[in-house]
Amino acid sequence: MNPRRQKRLAAVVAFVLLLGGAIGAMLYALQQNIDLFYTPSQLIEGMGDDKVKPQIGQRLRIGGMVVKGSVRRDPNSLKVSFDLVDTGPLVTVEYEGILPDLFREGQGIVAQGVLVDEKTILASEVLAKHDEEYMPPEVAEAVKGIKHVAPKNMQSYGQPDTAEPKSATPEQGKPAGQQP
Amino acid sequence: MWGSMFRWLDPYAKPETLYHLCGRLLPYLMVLAVFTLLLGNIWGLAFSPADYQQGDSYRIIYIHVPSAIWSMGAYSSMAIAAFIGLVWQIRVAQWAVLAIAPIGAVYTAIALFTGAAWGKPMWGTWWVWDARLTSELVLLFLYLGVIALSGAFSEAARGIKVASLLAIVGVVNLPIIHFSVEWWNTLHQGATITKFAKPSIDPSMLWPLLISILGFALLLAALTCLRLRSQILIFEQHRPWVRQLLDSKADSTQKEQN
Repeated sequence: MNPRRQKRLAAVVAFVLLLGGAIGAMLYALQQNIDLFYTPSQLIEGMGDDKVKPQIGQRLRIGGMVVKGSVRRDPNSLKVSFDLVDTGPLVTVEYEGILPDLFREGQGIVAQGVLVDEKTILASEVLAKHDEEYMPPEVAEAVKGIKHVAPKNMQSYGQPDTAEPKSATPEQGKPAGQQP
Repeated sequence: MWGSMFRWLDPYAKPETLYHLCGRLLPYLMVLAVFTLLLGNIWGLAFSPADYQQGDSYRIIYIHVPSAIWSMGAYSSMAIAAFIGLVWQIRVAQWAVLAIAPIGAVYTAIALFTGAAWGKPMWGTWWVWDARLTSELVLLFLYLGVIALSGAFSEAARGIKVASLLAIVGVVNLPIIHFSVEWWNTLHQGATITKFAKPSIDPSMLWPLLISILGFALLLAALTCLRLRSQILIFEQHRPWVRQLLDSKADSTQKEQN
């Protein structure tokens, strides 16, 4: 390579490394702020190395799995409350409004709201999170023991939970090679 | 070392040769792209099974995932071209940056739009400022920045230089987009196929997806050829070979009219 090209190469590489390093350092510093939500254990035990806990009255998002059997609906209104879990402690979410179609027990959700006491959140918005697995209903039934119910038939507002889609009998004769 | 490795590429640094190469490739790429896009999308949208959780809504994956993958693929190609154009001062590489940027911007916009349209029924919201969505939006702004900068100077060569620098620096964003779902808590789910583990999608849904991804790649290549040809003509318009080319085209259309 001739000297002029070498010089240009060095200049471009140095420029990119400097800027890339700066952006990397910024992202590293912002690490905790980029998370979209707290998990229940982060909420209760604190987040990061300093174990920073959110304060009561703080607006925040919480994300976790809806605990089986914890969904309680008010028969006369759209009020609903449920527990969230990730690996350890439970956090209760209270919400009034229409839940997303994918909301169900065992589903990951993200709720935005205000922390009213140490482990209760009054949510103003509940979003459903889905995983990266895609499979036809027959396969899901065979592999996971999940009966397919089309999302729009699942809503059972205003009555106790009877129409939960999961028949909850996993591991029934897992066919080899079907696991996606 | 480098010189001898890439010597075979030298002829294509000549605008005229590259113009004709792109012209020869274009019809094949276009026909293949249209064929694979039709096959992948019709198979995916009409014939592959519905998802156990999301029903038919998941089918937007056949447009969302290919456009998102190639919005990043186009960006890497553009950055490589920008790098070659800056360091080796090869003009056709600089023009390739201008050729690819708008295509990549459109792919990114498609990925963002289809993602929003998918998010509304499944997540319950069009948009959320999580790391994946935000970094993909930054990618769109990077493309728009490259397009805007390249036209912002009265001297075209300087505009391309500055735009190329931005294109190269923006590469930092690509790993951020890809790993955002692993590094941070996001609403967006993790990777289904772009990972080293086995794809977490049933084979009956995976095949049309792979064909669609191939289709979007071929379309990207075809459109790049098309746009690179017009960029070459614009920048070389006063060269004798372009004059000759245009004269012969004009002659043949005149003959057709007579």
